[in-house]
Amino acid sequence: MDSTYIFLQQYWWFVISLLAGLLVFLMFVQGGNVLLFFAKSEEERKMMVNSTGRKWEFTFTTLVTFGGAFFASFPLFYSTSFGGAYWLWMIILFTFVLQAVSYEFQSKNGNLLGKSTYRFFLMLNGKLAPFLVGTAVATFFTGSEFIVMKDNMTETMMPVISTWASPWHGLEALGNIWNWVLGGAVAILAQILGAMYFINNIDDKRVRNTSRRTMLWNSAIFVVLFVAFVVYLLLKDGYAVNPASGEIYIEPYKYLHNFLAMPVVTVIFLLGVVLVLAGIALTLLSKGFRKGIWLTGAGTVLAVMGLMMCAGYNNTAYYPSTADLQSSLTIFNSSSSLFTLKTMAYVTILIPFVLAYIFYAWRAIDRKKITSNEMKSGEHTY
Amino acid sequence: MIESIPTALIDWSRAQFAMTAMYHWIFVPLTLGLAMIMGIMETVYYKTGDEKWKHTARFWMKLFGINFAIGVATGIILEFQFGTNWSNYSWLVGDIFGAPLAIEGILAFFMEATFIAVMFFGWGKVSKGFHLASTWLTGLGATISAWWILVANAWMQHPVGMTFNPDTMRNEMTDFLAVATSPTAVVKFFHTVMSGWVLGALFVAGVSCYFLLKKREMQFALRSMKVAAGFGLAASLIAAFTGDTSGYDIAKHQPMKLAAVEGLYEGGNGVGLTAVGMLNPQKESYDDGKEPFIFKIDLPKMLSFLATREADGYVPGINNLMKGGYTLPDGTTALSADEKIQRGKIAITALADYRKAVKEKDSASAEMHRKTLEENMPYFGYGYIKDKSELVPNVPLNFYAFRIMVMLGGLFIVYFIAVIFLMWKKDITRMKWLHIASLALIPLGYIAGQAGWIVAEVGRQPWTIQDMLPVSAAISGIETSSVRTTFFIFLVIFTVMLAAGATIMCKEIRKGPESSEQ
Repeated sequence: MDSTYIFLQQYWWFVISLLAGLLVFLMFVQGGNVLLFFAKSEEERKMMVNSTGRKWEFTFTTLVTFGGAFFASFPLFYSTSFGGAYWLWMIILFTFVLQAVSYEFQSKNGNLLGKSTYRFFLMLNGKLAPFLVGTAVATFFTGSEFIVMKDNMTETMMPVISTWASPWHGLEALGNIWNWVLGGAVAILAQILGAMYFINNIDDKRVRNTSRRTMLWNSAIFVVLFVAFVVYLLLKDGYAVNPASGEIYIEPYKYLHNFLAMPVVTVIFLLGVVLVLAGIALTLLSKGFRKGIWLTGAGTVLAVMGLMMCAGYNNTAYYPSTADLQSSLTIFNSSSSLFTLKTMAYVTILIPFVLAYIFYAWRAIDRKKITSNEMKSGEHTY
Repeated sequence: MIESIPTALIDWSRAQFAMTAMYHWIFVPLTLGLAMIMGIMETVYYKTGDEKWKHTARFWMKLFGINFAIGVATGIILEFQFGTNWSNYSWLVGDIFGAPLAIEGILAFFMEATFIAVMFFGWGKVSKGFHLASTWLTGLGATISAWWILVANAWMQHPVGMTFNPDTMRNEMTDFLAVATSPTAVVKFFHTVMSGWVLGALFVAGVSCYFLLKKREMQFALRSMKVAAGFGLAASLIAAFTGDTSGYDIAKHQPMKLAAVEGLYEGGNGVGLTAVGMLNPQKESYDDGKEPFIFKIDLPKMLSFLATREADGYVPGINNLMKGGYTLPDGTTALSADEKIQRGKIAITALADYRKAVKEKDSASAEMHRKTLEENMPYFGYGYIKDKSELVPNVPLNFYAFRIMVMLGGLFIVYFIAVIFLMWKKDITRMKWLHIASLALIPLGYIAGQAGWIVAEVGRQPWTIQDMLPVSAAISGIETSSVRTTFFIFLVIFTVMLAAGATIMCKEIRKGPESSEQ
């Protein structure tokens, strides 16, 4: 294969890993909304909703861009996973659809369903979306049941190329305990991030106390789940691909080998883990510390990137099929053409520019922290 | 595993896509139109420092926000639905089609998401100039997003800039600029975005007339009317012009769509355009010999002129397209539907043989089959057509939807001219008839937009991608029951959202702008 092509496939996997990392970090919005459940007064809840309400579109947009980028760069994943694990993705989408209107509608007259219903939608999305996204990411290591037969295209009665072998269409992922472990870790991490975000964004003692309180036990559960998954990953057989023949085979300790073979990935992953834990520890230990979201947030981006790169680099099948090993997707067999990857790579040059204006606008809005007074001031609030 | 694709699966998948797209298109045009109108109003505020314009802009922004939220909610489904329900399509053309979607995310959605937050929460926190820029950037983001999604749609109507690769079993992009700036995309973009602007103008004018009718917020209403009428007239004129260009484009690339839209079964030279007509409901298939019309009034030679730019140009009807044999603009003879299907089947068989030969490392044979495939590739999609009658789209739906769109478009032009004239010459605050008419035009604006999309999408059936991939080969292999279930879940969610959104909007309108002036 052309070396430019190989480079671009690696590059695009990096972009996908980066977007996945950003997405998990930005799910602090979802995690934050779960904390509504623990708030004691309406005033607290209102501040919380308005705090995540100024950021939810970033999470939403990142999800959409993640989907679009995956579609453009690895279309065989897009068609196989979305068309196959139908219900898993549909449930994720349903919760995001409900979330999208819940901010705007909840406090408005005539919303038909009442404030508590819309708040319930926010919490539902907050609980389910991070968990199911985590579950979906876990299947990058645990595998899914699908078959890819490109020759089907010439069968005019049944031309579908990718078919799912499980009648559960994605829900079968819930039958694997390790998918629950990673899904759970992501869901809890989202809540921890949400709490840290509130501590940073809302200038209110009660909200900060509530957030800190939830962090305590959430952090303990998170560490247990996360460490369990990492140990499982390092000891587990993995799905390797022979780059010359494209043949997929099982390799014992594949992911451990990947970390050993790719020190940069290992450093990114470990640095991420250290930052995640440092942010949590500093927030819990020092009451005045409010920058936890940035430490743990950056750590989340790096740790997720490390995991994704471990799943896709070093001749690994990132979307393994347990129904038909040779159908497993690798960054080589599932990518777009050289031309498309190259064209799209030019577009990614704009990403730093996009990040810069997001950062600028974000700061402009957040310079003043949310307070209970602002909520009563008659300015635009949810 | 499924042995063959059931028709019900195709129908439900199409129904789900149509339903989600139609819901999405209730909210998008208002977003596009209001964004511009708010931008103009805030610009006046920025230039004059007149607080009244700020309040005016903020009122429309509030309505914008309610509408925007449902637009976002319905939009996410559309993107992922390509994967969930049209997985074969996603693989076969992901190389080309994925790119505009990804660019839309990176360039447009982030711009919208970032600056809409500044627009709503930035009053008093950021400078006036930064705020104004944010309002315009929100609208620009929405418009850029429309550009890319319409590039994607235009590509399905008229695929360009790619080639089929039998080794990877997909179409691969060869020319990005051809895709991104295809004339079909350009026309579609202007026509569609202008229709959104027209709706925005109708909405603002209608709501303003509600206040005039109630004798409240008169100055606010007149101010808004002024912006809406000028803006609406410009947009509706451009929409009419691009509509004509769009018709010419369709005649070139989708003659069957044009024939269906016109209910034209027997074409010819110097064909007239049906101005008014009623189809014969007894006519059930293109070849049953029944008269297509109960009555119709033609504008002589008009269709030929619109389609070929010559009064005596040849326009094929449905039967001509099915039978072939007429001379195409490039001098060749048109194939019949049977011949096209035949050539399609040859292409598909050649593809299978080619792949077999490659596997067996028989390069001579592979080369031969590859050549056969290339020769017949333009008809590839026809190989999946089981019955040639599938090639004829629903004539009544296209015929009436098109006429509704065009007539309403004409009505809007007349309306905007009338409003401008009346506001210039007279006091419209007492013209009750105008207030009621303006309110009544709001729903018609929505209907015109939906009718336009019906023509665009139903008119190209059975093709997901014109001549290349029919819906039956574009689908995901899931159970019909799953799609039916998600269809109803979406239907319920979107309907409740629409009802809630509409009620909230009515209440907010009744409340009026923040500071009453009189």
